[in-house]
Amino acid sequence: MNKLETLMERPAWAPQGIDLTVPSVSRIYDYYLGGSHNFEVDRDAGRKATEAWPGLPKIMQANRAFMRRAIRYAAEQGVTQFLDIGSGIPTFGNVHEVALKADPAAHVVYVDNDPVAVAHSRAVLHDCDQADVVSADFRSPQDVLLSTEVERLLDFDRPVAVLLVALLHFVEDKDDPWKTVAEFRDALAPGSLLVLSHAGEGETRRPARAEEFMDVYRNFGSPLSLRPREEVLRFFDGFELVEPGLVAMPRWRPDSPPEQEDPVTFGGFAGVGTVPASGHLG
Amino acid sequence: MTAAPQDLKGAERDGLRRFATIWSRAVYPVTATSMTRAEFEDHLYPLAELLGDALHSHPFSPAAGREVGVALVAAHCTDPEALPQILGVVESYLVLYSSEADPLPVDEGRARCSRLQHAIAAGFSRALRERTRTEQESLSRAALAAQTAVEEALHTSETRFRAVFEDATIGIGIADMDGRIRDVNGALARMFGRSEDELRRRSVNDWVHPGDATDVYRKHRELVRGERDHFRVEKPFPRPDGTVLWTNMTISLLRGAEGEPRYQLALLEDITERRLLHLRLRYEATHDELTGLPNRTLFAERLERVLSAEGPARFGLCYLDIDGFKAVNDSLGHAVGDQLLVSVAERLQSCATSPAHLVARIGGDEFVALITDPSGRDEVTELARQALAALATPITIDGRELSVRASIGIVEGPSGELGPAEVMRSADITMYRAKDAGGNRYELADPDSDARAIDRHSLTNHLPAALERDEFFLEYQPLIRMSDGRVDGAEALVRWHHPVHGRLGPDRFIPMAEHTGLIVPLGRWVLEQAVEQAREWQRQLAASGTERAPTEPLRVNVNLSPRQLHHPDLVPDTVAVLEAAGVSPDSLCLEVTESALIGADEDELKPLRQLAELGVEIALDDFGTGYSNLANLRRLPATTLKLDRSFTQGLQRHPADPVDVTFVGGIISLAHALGLRVTVEGVETEAQALQLRQLDCDTAQGWYYARPSAAKDIPAYWAQAG
Repeated sequence: MNKLETLMERPAWAPQGIDLTVPSVSRIYDYYLGGSHNFEVDRDAGRKATEAWPGLPKIMQANRAFMRRAIRYAAEQGVTQFLDIGSGIPTFGNVHEVALKADPAAHVVYVDNDPVAVAHSRAVLHDCDQADVVSADFRSPQDVLLSTEVERLLDFDRPVAVLLVALLHFVEDKDDPWKTVAEFRDALAPGSLLVLSHAGEGETRRPARAEEFMDVYRNFGSPLSLRPREEVLRFFDGFELVEPGLVAMPRWRPDSPPEQEDPVTFGGFAGVGTVPASGHLG
Repeated sequence: MTAAPQDLKGAERDGLRRFATIWSRAVYPVTATSMTRAEFEDHLYPLAELLGDALHSHPFSPAAGREVGVALVAAHCTDPEALPQILGVVESYLVLYSSEADPLPVDEGRARCSRLQHAIAAGFSRALRERTRTEQESLSRAALAAQTAVEEALHTSETRFRAVFEDATIGIGIADMDGRIRDVNGALARMFGRSEDELRRRSVNDWVHPGDATDVYRKHRELVRGERDHFRVEKPFPRPDGTVLWTNMTISLLRGAEGEPRYQLALLEDITERRLLHLRLRYEATHDELTGLPNRTLFAERLERVLSAEGPARFGLCYLDIDGFKAVNDSLGHAVGDQLLVSVAERLQSCATSPAHLVARIGGDEFVALITDPSGRDEVTELARQALAALATPITIDGRELSVRASIGIVEGPSGELGPAEVMRSADITMYRAKDAGGNRYELADPDSDARAIDRHSLTNHLPAALERDEFFLEYQPLIRMSDGRVDGAEALVRWHHPVHGRLGPDRFIPMAEHTGLIVPLGRWVLEQAVEQAREWQRQLAASGTERAPTEPLRVNVNLSPRQLHHPDLVPDTVAVLEAAGVSPDSLCLEVTESALIGADEDELKPLRQLAELGVEIALDDFGTGYSNLANLRRLPATTLKLDRSFTQGLQRHPADPVDVTFVGGIISLAHALGLRVTVEGVETEAQALQLRQLDCDTAQGWYYARPSAAKDIPAYWAQAG
């Protein structure tokens, strides 16, 4: 009798279903980091990707390290509100852990479009009043900005650090991520920060089997866009890049000499931009 | 052994710090930690202390090793490669860097170190297993929670959707790709007049209807093949009660996850009522309310279609107009006129025996019969004949028998040559030809007649501009006084210098000017010109010293048309013109045709009488051609009779026709008896002139004396005659 529902295409307002037989970007990321928040499909994809690009776990690790340094930098600037978009599966060294350590008054909102990542985040954050998670997509900024969680925890009249860490290479050109970043920028008060890391060639050459690696992601519907530096730089339009600019991850305000880092981690770009004070009176 | 405990401790710490450095350097590369190297080393140092203490504990216990293993897992040294690195450094350096103060015997140290390593490995494995289990479990729980959330949202959306489906006023149906109907909503069932269950046993292919648009099935096949995602049609469906349900139907293809066609979704809107209304409005818009025949709109559509038909097709058109219908309306009233039209419509319709014959009423008493692709001209003329025959029997209305006569113009020819407007004009011209030929007949269009009529038409159109552009001019024909052969005056004759057709005589444009009303301004212009000319001649005459009695001014004759005659401004206009020129009223003679005055009552004669009383001469033109009521002559304000040229033709011969001589003589005597002068037109021979003089005719006009010519040439005549 109620066959119809399953026959009909989902109306736009119905949520997407969950298919655990399809790998998830955030669970593969967890796999790279040595976590067990993943299923065999994720590990299978992760293994194939690592085989084609053996340095991946190190790159992810460097990415985490960059993020942590950037959060500390933000806290030093007095920015204690964080909006982490594409936050994925919470694992060690989470934004809110780092942020709360840097400033116990910090507020953090995580955003992800993966329902499992969101559910897990919700469980992890259950007892934390200063952090919450929103189920939304970067490509719909209004869904993020108008969510009750953001409204509850973040005050956009004051500076907010927006984290787009290892996210934008999953947004294709056809979705115009530059425009979306600008939309977020327009919602930010002066002094706010954009924390961004992006996959690309950077100081290293693309590995020989890069295409194979790209195929892994393409095959489960999350194609990667490795962008040249100029294109990544354009994400900072309307921001002022802080020192040392857009650089390889280990070179961004390092705690220890970058030379000690695995050469593979010098691929890709990392940078932090700040929203300048409006007007040019000074 | 002799060193102080503090120093020992310090030395111990230095050793363990070095151990931690080595340890960190070995393990860091294989960890997933986000700590920096320095932080990691700091993190490892307490663990090194734990191991150092354990190594020297009394009694020895390796339990701390387990703790260290757990702590290393917590620090994300979880990579399988990490354990050999961890243990390798312990194996090689722990005894060395922790035994400076209290060195153990070598074997003892090695044995203890091994046991510590075993404990680290055990603690590490246990912690890793625990962590893996915990993470797997929390992930599963998260997946489950997410799924539950999705399902709940889905259920909510499905409930909402079901409500939309069930409560929709639009009919919704789902069928699989074989056409088997899987589900329908209540609205659809109500529209079809069947139960939902009944409908679910049917197939979409059961509903072929003869009224279906031709491309529905092609579009549907395309949809089933997945080549088309949706289409929209107006489609009729039979209902069990025999009526037809008309719907506005949209069929959409629902695809599976792989894009393969899975189901077809139909959304149906009941447009039966709307369609009926539309049809009725369409009928009303295309049919004549009075007779029920198709109207001009429908006829025009059909004509357009017939004329633009492709291939070697022909068309036939009978354009029928009732003769004298206005008289019926005027004398018997519109109600009778309407009944007559209804009867005519019925009779004409009865002549149209084929679907290819369309009878329509396109105006008051105008009807058409349009024949699509007739077999030949005969079929068209036959229809016209039948139409006239059908109208031949008098029509009885309110006990009164009315004879109906009609004129029919027929146009027949190949499609694709003439446009609707051309065909209608030709039909109109031809119909009037039939009327002019006496009516109650049909005429066939012919290009020459059409051309003449079109020529007339175009002249009519250009008349108003011609007056503005000064394209008219006057010529004058002298009038000769028979008693002494002197010039008595001249008749003004108007001509049109047409930019294309050249010089046109009054017969080419005066009837049109009269018809269109332009005769009034044109007539006034002629009057002004002629009177002005009279003044000029009188001035010339006076200047030349020619003797002439003041009671006999040189006169101009100007023709007055029936319309001018009835124009309310005739008298004031004429007076104004005379005054403006400063000539006496008897310098002007207005010529009025006899027929224009027939039946005129005293009121209608009043303006002429007023003019006559002022002294303006009035001539009765073309006398004898109309219904010459001699008794009527007495009451007309005329001063002169102008005898039509037809009476004087018999006088041209020599000897003259005695009957004509008697006749003309009689009229002249009669006129004189009534105090009227007589002018004779068309004098062409000397014999005529002599005869007329003998008959005591007053004035004459004709080629014998002078042809019409320009005003400047006229003085030569009076000089010559004088």
